[in-house]
Amino acid sequence: MITTDIKLSKCQIDEIVKICASFNNQSGELINILHKTQGHFGYLPKEVQEVIARQLDIPVSKVYGVVTFYSFFTMKPKGKHPISVCMGTACYVRGAEDVVEELKKQLNIKVGEATPDGKFSLDTLRCVGACGLAPVMTIGEKVYGHVDASKVKEMLDTFE
Amino acid sequence: MSYKMHILVCGGTGCQASNSQGIIANLKEELTNKNLENEVQVIATGCFGFCEQGPIVKIMPDNTFYTQVKPGDSEEIVNEHIIKGRKVNRLLYRDPENKERVSDSKHMDFYKKQLRIALRNCGLIDPENIEEYIARDGYAALAKCVSEMTPEEVINEVKFSGLRGRGGGGFPTGLKWELTRKYKADQKFVVCNADEGDPGAFMDRSIMEGDPHSVIEAMAICGYSIGADKGLIYIRAEYPLAIQRLQTAIKQAEEYGLLGKNILGSGFNFTLEFRYGAGAFVCGEETALIHSMEGHRGEPTTKPPFPAESGYLNLPTNVNNVETYANIPVIMNKGANWFNKIGTEKSKGTKVFALAGKINNVGLIEVPMGTTLKEVIYEIGGGIKNGKKFKAVQTGGPSGGCLTEKHLNVPIDYDNLLASGSMMGSGGMIVMDEDDCMVAVAKFYLDFTVEESCGKCTPCRVGNKRLYETLDLITNGKATMDDLNRLKNLGQVIKDTALCGLGQTSPNPILSTIDNFYDEYTAHIRDHKCPAGKCKALLNYVIDPQLCIGCTLCVRNCLSNAITGIRKEPHTIDPEKCIKCGVCLTKCKFNAISIQ
Repeated sequence: MITTDIKLSKCQIDEIVKICASFNNQSGELINILHKTQGHFGYLPKEVQEVIARQLDIPVSKVYGVVTFYSFFTMKPKGKHPISVCMGTACYVRGAEDVVEELKKQLNIKVGEATPDGKFSLDTLRCVGACGLAPVMTIGEKVYGHVDASKVKEMLDTFE
Repeated sequence: MSYKMHILVCGGTGCQASNSQGIIANLKEELTNKNLENEVQVIATGCFGFCEQGPIVKIMPDNTFYTQVKPGDSEEIVNEHIIKGRKVNRLLYRDPENKERVSDSKHMDFYKKQLRIALRNCGLIDPENIEEYIARDGYAALAKCVSEMTPEEVINEVKFSGLRGRGGGGFPTGLKWELTRKYKADQKFVVCNADEGDPGAFMDRSIMEGDPHSVIEAMAICGYSIGADKGLIYIRAEYPLAIQRLQTAIKQAEEYGLLGKNILGSGFNFTLEFRYGAGAFVCGEETALIHSMEGHRGEPTTKPPFPAESGYLNLPTNVNNVETYANIPVIMNKGANWFNKIGTEKSKGTKVFALAGKINNVGLIEVPMGTTLKEVIYEIGGGIKNGKKFKAVQTGGPSGGCLTEKHLNVPIDYDNLLASGSMMGSGGMIVMDEDDCMVAVAKFYLDFTVEESCGKCTPCRVGNKRLYETLDLITNGKATMDDLNRLKNLGQVIKDTALCGLGQTSPNPILSTIDNFYDEYTAHIRDHKCPAGKCKALLNYVIDPQLCIGCTLCVRNCLSNAITGIRKEPHTIDPEKCIKCGVCLTKCKFNAISIQ
C-alpha cells in the first residue's frame, strides 16, 4: 500500500542520514530510528524508508515490514488535528463505536484517512487509560472524555 | 524546608484529562497570594484509583478526600480548608447509600476492601521526587539485597513468597529468576514488559506514572539475583507521561548512586535503558517482545528455548511485567512470610484491576487474591450504572472470557478464573449490563485479534478471520446452526494449534460466551433477533398506531424515505427501506416508535 509519491529534498535526506547516524547506523535500532524519523516528518513515506534502508544497509522490504507491522507507524500524513477514538473495551461498551461512525460521517473519511484539506485525520487507538471518562477521544494532545456522538459536530466546528 | 500541610492532586492520565493541571496551577497561585507557599506544598501524585470521582485532591495530614474538583474550586479550598480549617463540604464524597458526606477515603466502600501493595505509593508520593520514595522505605530492599543477601537467598525469598507473573500467565516469578540465573553467560538482561496492550487496562501505566522507582528498584534487585548488569524497559510509545516519569526517576537514582557502577559500595553494577514499542498487542508475548526490542517485526517464536536461556541478542533474559516488579521491594522489606499469608493457596498477594464499563465506580483497584467478583463489582464498584441489571464481567481482555451471575461468588485467583472459562490476564475487568449483546462483544474482541495477529502461523492468521466472518453472519441474521458448531470446532482447533499465547487464547471470548449465553446465539440465528437490541441488522423499528398522531415529523427526518402515511393518521415504516439509523426514534415526541 504505497500511497505517496514525493521527492525528498537534500536537507530532508540529510536529516534522515543524521538520525540514522545518531544510532550508529545499527539495524537493531531500526524501531528507534523510525520513531525519531516519524517524529520529524509526521509519517514514513516509501522514499524515507528507502533512505533508512540504505543507511542501515538492510533491504527496504525489512524496513517496510517493520513499518507496516506496528500500528504506531503510518505511511500516510496525518491531519493538522489528528483525531483518535479510543476503542478499548471500556469505551466500546460505553458507545465508542457510535462516536467513530459519527466522525466518519461528519468528516466523510474512513478510519486511517485524512480529510482532503488536511485539517483532520481519523484513527482509533487501544486504550488511553482514562476509562473513567469513557468514551474517550484525543484531538492532538488533548484528551476529551464522555464524548457524545450527537455533540461531535459541535466539537469539530470549534477547530480551525 | 518543612511544610505543615500537603495538598496532593492526582496527576494520572485520567485526572489530567479533566484538567488537574489547572487545579495545581490555581492552588499554587492562591497559596502564593496568601503567602503560604512555604507552609503548604502542592504535589502532583500518581493515580488515586477512584477515577470515576476524579479529579481527586487530598489534603494531608488530616486525610480529607475531595472529589470532582475543578480549577475554580482552588480558592475556596485554600481560604476555607487551609486557612480556616473548615472542610469544603460540597466537594466531599457523598455516600450513595445514606447520602452522607464522607471526608476520609478509608470510610468509603470503594477503598474498604482494598489492600494496596503494588499501588502502595500511588496517590501518596510525588513520583518525580526520589526523596519521597526513599521516605517510604524506597531502595531499602535493594540495599538489603546487595549488602546482606546472596543472589540465591534473594531468589529463594521470591520463590517462597509465591509471587506469580502479573502479566497474565501466572508463571512463578522466583522460578523464572532461578532459571535465568542457572544459565552461564558474560552478559544477561533484565527486561520489564511495559507494553500494556490489553484494551481497557491501565494498571501498569498507573504504576509507572505514580511510582516509577518501585519498578526501577525491583529490576535492580532482579539483576543482582540473576547476575545481570543491564536492564531494558520495553514501553509503548503511546505512554509519554510514563516514559517521562521513568526517565526522571532513572536520572535521580543514578545521581543517588542507586543505579550505575558499584551500587551502595557493593560492587554490583546496574544500568537501565529504554526500548520503545510501537503498538502491537502480540509484543506482550515475551519472545515477540524480544524480537521487537532487537528492531524486528514482533513475531513470536516457539519455546523452548525460553528467554531464560536465549533471549535478547540470544543471551539469557528475564522478562517480567510492571506489576510483578512493583511487588518485589515490599516482599524483600516485609519478608516472603508476610506476603504469602495474603491471598489463596496457589495465588499469593494482591492483584490490581482496571475496573471499567457499566459500573458506578470506574477506577483502579487492588484487592487480595481470593476476593469474590461480587465484592469487587457490588462493594468496591458500587454496582451497575443507572440501576441496570448485571449481565457479565469480562476478565483477561482479548484472551479471556465472560463470567456471569453464577460466577459472582468465585474467589478471584489464577486457577479459579481459568476453571470458570476465563483467565486472570493482566487485570482488565469490564462490567457489562443487560444492554450489551454478548455476540457483538465476542465479535469486538475477534476484530481486535484479527487486527493484531502477526500472521506468522496459519491457525491464528486464517482461523481467526474465519471466526470473525462467522460472527458477522450471526450478528446480521444470516447464519445457520451449523455455523455455530463450526465456531466451536474451529475455536478449539485454533486453541490447540496456534503458535503463541495470542492465538491459543483468541477463541476464548467466543467459547465462553457460547457456553454462558447459548440462548443469545440461537436467538440471533433462529429467530433473527438480538435480545439486547444492539445488532442493528436484526432490529425492526415500528410505529405504534395507538400512539402515533400523524404529525409527520418522522417522515421529514427519515433519511431513506421509509416512513409513509397520511397526515393526522398513524404512519408505518417499511422495513425493506429502513436503514435502522434510529433518527425517527429520537425525533418522535409521542414515544410512538419502538425497536422490536
